[in-house]
Amino acid sequence: MAIIEREIEVMAPMVATPTSTYGVLKRPVAATGWRAWVFTVDHKKLGLMYGVTAMFFFIVGGVEALLIRLQLAAPNGKVLNADLYNQMFTMHATTMVFLFVMPMAAGFANYFIPLQIGARDVAFPRMNALGFWMFLFGGIFINLSWFIGGAADGGWFMYAPNSGPVFSPTHGIDFWAFGLQITGIASLTGAINLIVTVLNMRAPGMTLMKMPIFTWMMTVVQFLLLFAVPVITVALFLLSFQRNFGARFFDVAAGADPLLWQHLFWIFGHPEVYILVLPSFGIVSEVLPVFSRKPLFGYPFVVFSGAAIGFVGWGVWAHHMFASGLGPVSVAVFSLTTMAIAVPTGVKIINWILTMWGGKLVFSTAMKFSIGLIVLFTVGGLSGVTHSVAPSDTQQTDTYYIVAHFHYVLFGGGVLGIFSGLYYWWPKMFGKMLNERLGNWNFWLMVIGMNLTFGPMHILGLQGQPRRMYQFTEARSGEGLFNFAFWNLVASIGSFVLTIGILLFLINVVITARNPTKSPLDPWNSRSLEWMTSNPPKEHNFDVIPTVHHLDEFFHRKYEEDPATHTMRQIATAEEIMAEQERNADAHIHMPSPSYWPIVLAFGLPVITFGMIFSHLIAVFGAVIVFFAAFGWALEPSTAPASDFETNNSAPSTALDTVGKS
Amino acid sequence: MTDTTAHGHTSSTGISNVKLGMWTFLGSECLLFGGLISTYMLYRGRVTGGPRPSQIFDIPFTSVSSFVLLMSSLTMVLAVSAAHKGEDRKTNLWLTVTALLGATFVGGQVYEFTAFYNEGLGFSTSLFGSSFYTLTGFHGVHVTVGIIMLMSLVGIFKRSEVPGKKAEVVEMIGLYWHFVDIVWIIIFTLVYLIPV
Repeated sequence: MAIIEREIEVMAPMVATPTSTYGVLKRPVAATGWRAWVFTVDHKKLGLMYGVTAMFFFIVGGVEALLIRLQLAAPNGKVLNADLYNQMFTMHATTMVFLFVMPMAAGFANYFIPLQIGARDVAFPRMNALGFWMFLFGGIFINLSWFIGGAADGGWFMYAPNSGPVFSPTHGIDFWAFGLQITGIASLTGAINLIVTVLNMRAPGMTLMKMPIFTWMMTVVQFLLLFAVPVITVALFLLSFQRNFGARFFDVAAGADPLLWQHLFWIFGHPEVYILVLPSFGIVSEVLPVFSRKPLFGYPFVVFSGAAIGFVGWGVWAHHMFASGLGPVSVAVFSLTTMAIAVPTGVKIINWILTMWGGKLVFSTAMKFSIGLIVLFTVGGLSGVTHSVAPSDTQQTDTYYIVAHFHYVLFGGGVLGIFSGLYYWWPKMFGKMLNERLGNWNFWLMVIGMNLTFGPMHILGLQGQPRRMYQFTEARSGEGLFNFAFWNLVASIGSFVLTIGILLFLINVVITARNPTKSPLDPWNSRSLEWMTSNPPKEHNFDVIPTVHHLDEFFHRKYEEDPATHTMRQIATAEEIMAEQERNADAHIHMPSPSYWPIVLAFGLPVITFGMIFSHLIAVFGAVIVFFAAFGWALEPSTAPASDFETNNSAPSTALDTVGKS
Repeated sequence: MTDTTAHGHTSSTGISNVKLGMWTFLGSECLLFGGLISTYMLYRGRVTGGPRPSQIFDIPFTSVSSFVLLMSSLTMVLAVSAAHKGEDRKTNLWLTVTALLGATFVGGQVYEFTAFYNEGLGFSTSLFGSSFYTLTGFHGVHVTVGIIMLMSLVGIFKRSEVPGKKAEVVEMIGLYWHFVDIVWIIIFTLVYLIPV
């Protein structure tokens, strides 16, 4: 942690940044304007950048989804041709999984983990910046393929040998594989960073079992990423080597095993689905207690069931491959493990319901989204259990029933949780509260829209509509309630209702930004440490690092139990706690300086991969950039020598005051 | 990765951030090599007309280069020990020797690859060829990256004081180096010693 505290008698907290450098370029100091964002290493700014970028990709992926639904709205759709349709569903899934939900969760984790554990930044601030830029450049790189010969078209799990050069001769899959490689490194650096942050930088007194539940769930996610990402890294390397350098890994004529890719992909891919949904479980576990005015029911059970999901999640991957002829023993084993993993998930759902049971429920938008998650995720979870029954799954494989299932868990679970978190933490991040009335419309339109869109897919799938079918003919449509055309139309209408719901969110953001009303310090009467600082938090997060005595530390500083009546009574307001902190503020806080190198290093990677596809000379150029940046990085002081901390004490202030510029 | 918990901050685990970060990273590396080794084990007998493993492997040669690599772990330990005692000259010496031993190993691998290629095993020859070169190539790249890190350390130590605590950084790179060596023991056993 590049943060130094020194005993200097200054009343107000001051932030100083080092100026001198060993590096090739001077390390930027106290950057302003756009530089304050591009060269930042601040976990909160990076969190917001993750969020904004993820939202952008959410819109991109959403437009792709709408084009798919337009194509399928009526028999013999003519919106897209078969080739473009393949690219559309591949990129829709890739964008939503890798460029929206994962980075959105990374954004929440970045912003809130240090705040929730009472730290001033993450363990490796520059690596944090590197992660964001790699994600952004990787995402752009994947999408570049739209403009250079066509995007990837093999489906998001890109089964080889179908994704080999014979069946997909454009460069789409090359862009896809290399781009995901880059975002994979981003996830890996993020995982290392956050694991070290959580293990090493908790506030004094915060044992693991006093850690806020969101931080716990995100920690499980980081471990899943840590071990899952290298497996897809291997798979992507094999595929890229096959497509670009003549390796034969998936060449069946040479005796290759077509199941190799499937195994590697799903050993990554199944932990991945928990990577997508556990962050939302964490958010919901924060939101429900706050708006039920009760502590989380069975906190240790929620923690351990989360960890159990993390473990068992490694033993269920082959349920994605029941139709591939694994043999009866494998199928039986993976059926059973798949049924088993429903248990810890069920534990969580029971805990959430019991958290609300008997509570004084406050139906804010955040709370509604959380309740929506419980209901809709359970629907998706139940259809998931039906998949664990292998004979039934063999019927449903590659039908719309699967599409219905994973949209219920990923949209009903993942995305609703993300929106719950956005409404809950918006005042924390921006100091203003999102409009609750618009939020109400946003919630209901999204929930109705999602059920209209994905509900009918259960029927369509059981009727036999294959996943990834780009057209259906009138002749194949069933009768009455089982009519393909009717339910496809309903789903398409639903997708537009859903879109209006999401547009309302964006409108809400604009309206909130223009509304001058500030949010109160503790608008929801929250429980965890991130609320024990200003909105938005200061650059150094806390004026004084809190010492933790309780789970839900902030709540216990506000309330204590009356021994006579056994009721909680308020002993302090958030404002009083804040004022107390400001009085005792640490004299001198040093935050890590901004740095040029993360963005430069990250930029080198897509140059290398671009060169791998088109010209090795460009790849060499990219490698030089990476090499140069890595040395600039290594030689740059992350903490400055003493002379840099000669401060200008003439202007002490409680605002963020950058000193040591001279 | 030089942001350390030095400067009076204690870490919750008692292990510095850089070291814990490296341990975490090595955990991830296990799965990377796990995937590559599994691929090789699946494909090692599939030669489609190209040379079989037993026809081209020169086990005495590879044993010697493996021994050289393992000895570099010993010199790495000596470097870490010297760094902890604050003996700068010895630290630099042992880091350099470690890098040289590593370079000898990589040189041996280049020689070996050339010999195999001349005997008819190309990257595209067979599944065995593709998976052999990929697995051992990935390991070779790891050793090379290690050598670059060691030499950079020596260079930085000579020019100026290293950012962060010196012994911590040497130890962190030592962790990486030992990991790469241990992986080689597994690869050497599975690839060279166990007959197909």
